[in-house]
Amino acid sequence: MEVSRRQFLSIGPAGVLGGSALGFDLTESIRVKQRLRIEGATLSHSLCPYCAVGCSLIAHTKKAANGKTELLQIEGDPDSPVNEGTLCPKGATSLQLAISRRRVPHPLYRAPGAAEWKQVSWEFALDRLARNIKASRDATFVTQDADGNVVNRCEGVAFAGGAAFSSEEGYLATKLMRGLGLVHLEQQARV
Amino acid sequence: MVSLAATFGRGAMTNHWRDIRHADLILVNGANPAEAHPVGFRWLMRAKLDRGAKIIHADPRFTRTSAVADTYIRIRTGTDVAYFGGLINYVLTNRLYHDDYVRWATNAGFVVKDGYAFHDGMFNGFDQEQGVYNTKLWAYETDDEGHARVDLDHPRSVLNLLRAHYQRYDPDTVARITGIPREQFLQVARQVGEMGRPDKVMTIVYAVGLTHHTTGVQLIRSGALLQLLLGNMGRPGGGMNAERGHANIQGNTDHAISWDILPGYLRIPAPGQEDINAYLGESASVKLHPRAVNFFGENYRRYLVSLLKAWYGDAATKDNEFAFDYLPKPAANASWISIFDQALRGKMQGIMLSGMTATSIGPDSNQVIQALTNLKWLCVMDPFATTSSEFWQAPGMDPAKIQTEVFMLPATHWIEKDGSFTNSGRWVQWKDQVLPPEGEARHDHWILAELFLRVRDLYEAQGGKFPDPVLKMALPYANPRKPELDEIAQEINGRDLRTGKRLSTFVDLKDDGTTSAGDWIYTGHYPEEGNLAKRRDGVQDPAKNDPSGMGFYPNWAWSWPANRRVLYNRASADESGRPWDPSRPGIAWENGKWVGDVPDYPPTSGPGPDAPLPFIMTGEGVGRLFSNAVADGPFPEHYEPIESPIANPLHPQVSATPVAFRYDERAGRPNRFGTVADYPYVATSYRLTEHEHYVTQNVEHLVQLQPEAFVEVPAALAREKGISTGDRVRVSSRRGKLEVRAVVTSRLGPLDIDGRRVYQIGIPIHWGFVGINTGQHWLANALTPFVGDASARTPEYKAFLVNIEKL
Repeated sequence: MEVSRRQFLSIGPAGVLGGSALGFDLTESIRVKQRLRIEGATLSHSLCPYCAVGCSLIAHTKKAANGKTELLQIEGDPDSPVNEGTLCPKGATSLQLAISRRRVPHPLYRAPGAAEWKQVSWEFALDRLARNIKASRDATFVTQDADGNVVNRCEGVAFAGGAAFSSEEGYLATKLMRGLGLVHLEQQARV
Repeated sequence: MVSLAATFGRGAMTNHWRDIRHADLILVNGANPAEAHPVGFRWLMRAKLDRGAKIIHADPRFTRTSAVADTYIRIRTGTDVAYFGGLINYVLTNRLYHDDYVRWATNAGFVVKDGYAFHDGMFNGFDQEQGVYNTKLWAYETDDEGHARVDLDHPRSVLNLLRAHYQRYDPDTVARITGIPREQFLQVARQVGEMGRPDKVMTIVYAVGLTHHTTGVQLIRSGALLQLLLGNMGRPGGGMNAERGHANIQGNTDHAISWDILPGYLRIPAPGQEDINAYLGESASVKLHPRAVNFFGENYRRYLVSLLKAWYGDAATKDNEFAFDYLPKPAANASWISIFDQALRGKMQGIMLSGMTATSIGPDSNQVIQALTNLKWLCVMDPFATTSSEFWQAPGMDPAKIQTEVFMLPATHWIEKDGSFTNSGRWVQWKDQVLPPEGEARHDHWILAELFLRVRDLYEAQGGKFPDPVLKMALPYANPRKPELDEIAQEINGRDLRTGKRLSTFVDLKDDGTTSAGDWIYTGHYPEEGNLAKRRDGVQDPAKNDPSGMGFYPNWAWSWPANRRVLYNRASADESGRPWDPSRPGIAWENGKWVGDVPDYPPTSGPGPDAPLPFIMTGEGVGRLFSNAVADGPFPEHYEPIESPIANPLHPQVSATPVAFRYDERAGRPNRFGTVADYPYVATSYRLTEHEHYVTQNVEHLVQLQPEAFVEVPAALAREKGISTGDRVRVSSRRGKLEVRAVVTSRLGPLDIDGRRVYQIGIPIHWGFVGINTGQHWLANALTPFVGDASARTPEYKAFLVNIEKL
C-alpha cells in the first residue's frame, strides 16, 4: 500500500498542473510540499461521511509531542473502484468536519423553562435520561390492545437517527430500541 | 425501497456506481447526480465518453447534470408517472419491448382475477370509510395449488391490462400533464424504444426527486415497469439505480432503523399475529408459479428465528416461539410524520435524535417545532449543536413557555470510530478509526448501550411494564457498555450456535434456534476467515482484481447479498444461459456452472425449460409489472400533488391520489394545504453540491462556497414581479415563509401545463438558525406540507404551492 501510494504521488499531479498558465511548473513544488507534510505519517482508510457514493478516503495522522493524534490530511484513495482518488468539494473538505472548533465539548442540559444551557456531567445526563426513558416507557406501554392482542409496544418514545452511523451502530440502535418496545423508529431514508 | 421491493423483491439500487459506465442510454429523473453525487457522476460521464452513451435528463431545473446531458427535458415536478407512462405506451404500441425477456422474466402473462378495474382514477377495492384500497383484491387467477394462471393472450393478462392502462398516456396527454413538448417527448421515446433490443441496455438513475412525493412509490415503479418491458433489469449497464443521499442510509435501512421493518427487510409484526405462523402467513410471499424459487418467502422463518436468537439469545426458545412476543406490534403507521403528529397531540413524551435534526429536515418545520415544545424530554446526540437541540431558543421562541427538558450529548464523528458504511450500490466498506474521540465526546452506540443498561438496572430494581425484553436482551460483548463495532459486525453476520463458528452464507441459517444472524442479508460478510468488508483489491491491478473485466472487483469490500454486484443478474442471460449481450455479460452458463458475477440464482441450477424462473425473490419468480404490494394501485397512475396548480387532466374528479398519507381534517388535524388562488407557483426543494443537509453549516470552506440562503426564480416570473438577482423576496406557503435573496435564473423556466403557464420556484434547503452563518435562520421546510406517499409514507418535499413577493 505504502509503495503504491508513493508511486501515485510521484505520477499523480503530472499532467494536471504541468505547464500551467503561470509560465512555470507548479507540479514539483506541490508534490514536494504534500510529501513533506505527510512524511512519516500513519495512513488510515476511511470513507467519506457525506453522500452515499462511498468514496474511499486516505487519512494521514501523526502523534504530536503531547501524545495527541494530529490529522494532517484527507484525500481520495486512488485504489477505490468507486472514486479512483477523486473527491467532490464536500469530501475534499471533510478534514474541516473531522476537526472543528465548533464541536460541542460537554454534555449540556436545558431544564424546563430555562433560557440557558447548563454544562452537566455525563453521569447526570445519562442517569436523568434513563429515568425519563423508563418513566415514559411505563406511562405509554401497551401490553394488550383493545381487541386483546398482545402488542407489547411503547407508544410514547421515538428514536430517529443513523444517516452517518456505521452500520453496526445502526444495528445496535435498532436492537436496543426494539428491545425497549419502540414503534416510532426512523432515520434519514424517508426524509 | 418499497417500490423496488414491490417490483423485484428487494429495495435497493440494483446495480452499482461503476456499473453505470456500461449503459447505452441513461435516463436521469428526479436526480441531479452531477451536483448531488459528483464523484458517482463520473460513471455516467464514462458511459458517455467511452462508449457514446446518451444521457437524457428530465428535471424541473436545468442543472449541471442537464448541462452535460444530450437531451434536457423540462418536466413539471412530480409528473414522472405521465412521462414514464407515455414511454411505456410508446414501447407497447410500437411493439418495441424485449419480447423474449417479457415472456420469460415478467408477469406479463399472469392472468389477473376477474373484478380488477380502473375507472376515472379509481382502482377497484376502495374502502370509502377507511380511505384505503383492499390490495388483496388485486390478485391473480389461481389453480388448486395456488399457482397463477398464465396466458399471455387472455384479455386479463397483465400485459393486456397494462396496454389498456397506458393507452391513455399518448404524447398529447403526456405534454398536457408534464409540460414536455410533444415532439421532444417523441424524440426521447424513439431513443428509449431502441433499448428493447437485446444488444442495447438502458439504466434509470433517480433520487429523492422521485421519492419525495405523495406518489413517490409509483413514480419509481413506472420507471421500473419500463425497464422490465425493455429487458434491462439484471443486466450490467441497466437496472433501477436509486441514489441514496447520505453515507450510510442504505446500511441503516438494511438494519431497519425504520418503523415498518426488522433487519433484513422482515416486516414488523402486526397486532393479531399471535405467533410466528400467523406472522409468516401475512408477511412471507407465497409461491405463485411452479418454477418460482420464492427464496425470501421460503426462508422467512429461518431469518426471523435467527434474528430473534441474535437479539434474545438463550431467552429465545422453541417453547416461547423464540421470544416473538418481545417484538413490538404497532397498530398504526409510526413513520416520520406520525412521530410529530403524535407529539402535536400530546401523546409522545420523549424523542431521541442521534445524528438527525428533526427541526430542519421534517416537513412543515413550524409544526415540528411546535411538536418539540410538547415533549417532556428531548435528547440530541450529535457532534454539533443542531436546530433540534436549539429549538427552544429559535428565533421567535419564548424559552420560559417551553417545558421540554433538553439534553445535548456530544457524540463522536465518523472518523473517530471504525465500522462500515454501505453505499448506494450495496457495497459494505469498512473504515478505520483514524482519531480518538475528541474531548468528552462519546460514540452514539456507547451512549445508547449505557442508557439501555441503566434502564435495565431501573427495571431490575423497581420493576415496571413488561420488563422481559429489556432484562433478557442478549448483549454478548466483552464490555456491554462499550461494545466494539467489530463484535457487532460478527453478530450481524451470524453463527452456528452449536459450534460457535461464524457462517459464510445465509443458506446455512436454520429455523430451529441453532443459528443466529442479526441481519441475514449480511451473512457472509464476516465469515471465519475474517471481515470481508475490509478487502481492498482495487483498481491498481485490474487484471488480477477484476477478472471478468466488468468492473465487479469482487475482492474490494463486500456487497450484499452474497457479494453479488448486480441484483437479479440471472435475467442478464437468456433462458438458455447465454448473455443477451456477450460484450456485457452479467453471468453466463458455461461448462456446467455460472460464471461472471455471483449468480442471483440457485448456483447449481442450469438453464432449461424446467429451470427456476429468474427473479428468485418474488413468489411469481418473475419481475412484477402488476403488483399488489403497493397501496395506491397495481399499476402506477398519474395523480396530481396534493397542492397542484391544475386538476388532473386524466380524471379531474380524482385529482390527487385518494389514499395519500394525509394529515389534514380527515386525520383530525387542521387543514394546512393551500390552493392555486392564493399560492399560484409550484415550488420544489433541492440540495447544493457544496452542502450536505445541515451539518455542513459547520464547515468553514463549505459555508464560504454557499454562504447565504436563496431561492431561484425563473427570469420571466422575475420580470413580471420586478425582482432582480440579490433582491430580498418573501416566499410563502400555507404553512410558513422564507425571506431570503432571489437568484434570477434561466435554469427554471415556464411550462405550458394543460393550457396554462406554470412557473416553478427552486428552494435549496441547507440553511437554518444554527451554524456558522446564523444570520440565515430561515428553514426551507417551513414551506413543505405534512403529507406523504401512501405506501412509503415519504413526505412531499418536491411539489407544493407558494407565492412570491419582492420585499
